[in-house]
Amino acid sequence: MNDVAMKSRRRFLTRLAAGAGTLLLAGCERLSESSWFPKVLSAGERLSHAAQSLVTGRKAMAQEFSEADLSPTFRSNGTAEPDSEAYAALAAKGFADYRLDVGGLVGAPRSFSLADLRALDSRTQITRHDCVEGWSAIGKWKGAKLSALLDVVKAKPEARYVVFYCADPMSEDGKDLYYESIDMDDAWHAQTILAYELNGEALPVKNGAPLRLRVERQLGYKHAKYVMRIELVESFAHIAGGNGGYWEDQGYQWYAGI
Amino acid sequence: MAELYYRHTLAVRVMHWINVVALTILFMSGLMIFNAHPRLYWGKSSYTGRPPILEIGARESPESGVIGYTTIFGREFRTTGVLGLSTEPTGRVAARAFPSWLTIPDFQWLSMARAWHFFFAWILVINGLCYIVYSIWSRHLRRDLIPTRAQLAKIGQSIKDHLLFRHEAGEAATRYNVLQKLAYLIVIFVLLPLVILMGLAMSPRIDTLFTGWVDLFGGRQSARTIHFVAAWLIVAFVLIHVFQVIVTGLWNNLRSMITGRYRIPPERSHE
Repeated sequence: MNDVAMKSRRRFLTRLAAGAGTLLLAGCERLSESSWFPKVLSAGERLSHAAQSLVTGRKAMAQEFSEADLSPTFRSNGTAEPDSEAYAALAAKGFADYRLDVGGLVGAPRSFSLADLRALDSRTQITRHDCVEGWSAIGKWKGAKLSALLDVVKAKPEARYVVFYCADPMSEDGKDLYYESIDMDDAWHAQTILAYELNGEALPVKNGAPLRLRVERQLGYKHAKYVMRIELVESFAHIAGGNGGYWEDQGYQWYAGI
Repeated sequence: MAELYYRHTLAVRVMHWINVVALTILFMSGLMIFNAHPRLYWGKSSYTGRPPILEIGARESPESGVIGYTTIFGREFRTTGVLGLSTEPTGRVAARAFPSWLTIPDFQWLSMARAWHFFFAWILVINGLCYIVYSIWSRHLRRDLIPTRAQLAKIGQSIKDHLLFRHEAGEAATRYNVLQKLAYLIVIFVLLPLVILMGLAMSPRIDTLFTGWVDLFGGRQSARTIHFVAAWLIVAFVLIHVFQVIVTGLWNNLRSMITGRYRIPPERSHE
């Protein structure tokens, strides 16, 4: 082949590659923005949830670590201090007036003070926190077992999800409060706790004081901070955006096991 | 007219092109996911007291304004325009690790990248399992991919031929050469399983399978680093693969992967 033909062939191939690349990107963009394609993609989430539950088992325990593995400081992500007067008033008094309301599909709804929560069966665990962004931090948590709390309030068999309502507003107008939900497998799981201590001290405000959820087999955004109210429900379709959590309403996966 | 030889079965052709689509999307959506936290670490967590081994970012520089940088093992390189700081399709100069022309979606949209990534991860896994079963059952693996003793004995000659761009012709061109076979075997049985396994090691749920299994690979953040490196090794394979496809006869090779028919290059005549 002569030089000119070679050059024109090379140019043609370069253009072909560039053209294909542009088409691919533009195509993916349109699919991402469409109303139907993300629903197709969400099959991946459902498949992962089913397969991971099947392969690992419902009661499988998350890895626990030693004191030597603790991260020097436990990173705060998302809200570092809820922008709300009610929360500020609670924090100013060291959460002495804090009450956790538990209701919904329960036989004995009630509210818990921090002392009540500390009186429940507790668990201490050194676990790894995996953020959806990609980083991990290891911390030592102590808290009331959610299973102990569910026993006290007499969770009804028809309850399918536990919803956590939080104190931190996520929008400027203060209306969109953070919330999260988990299923009953995670709710009854031995390592699922309502943590009030981090690394041997009272839970700091930046990490969710006075109470945050630890649901160790899922990513960080499921671990609701600043938990104020718990509700047991059959479905979360009627709550906020209907997807079971603040980030889920923004398009994140409800099942955050991967 | 040289004769057409039936080189690739329909099953292999279909699975090959499914891989092309899945791996492209997995790579590009993976880079978008990486962009959400453009640092790589070695260890069980990101915050161990040791600095990251790789970091891509943007920062203010006293002489030249905002720059993009890439730090590898403590050595910083300026990568403005490509890594750390690049122009998005809207014309906006954005602080982002990988540029928009390499990511799906093209702007920062982590949840959508995850949706693409995990959907196509399933496609890759299912396609890969079908391929393994098929290639054992149909003897594709034994017949076409495992190097023969004779080939292995002449591996030095094959390396020399590759370096001199000498390609098989005639009867020899009906088989993969030994380096080609080894490259395919490494990708199929080492790199792809490794990248999938390290992806699963990042899953807090799959970590519960056997206590501490992720530590065999250095911990969760090490697994993330291996996942990233393995993905780029697959890209390196693809670049070499496409290069070889082009230099050994683009249309002939493409046709063989579309219709299955491959024209056997005639024996070199002695000049």
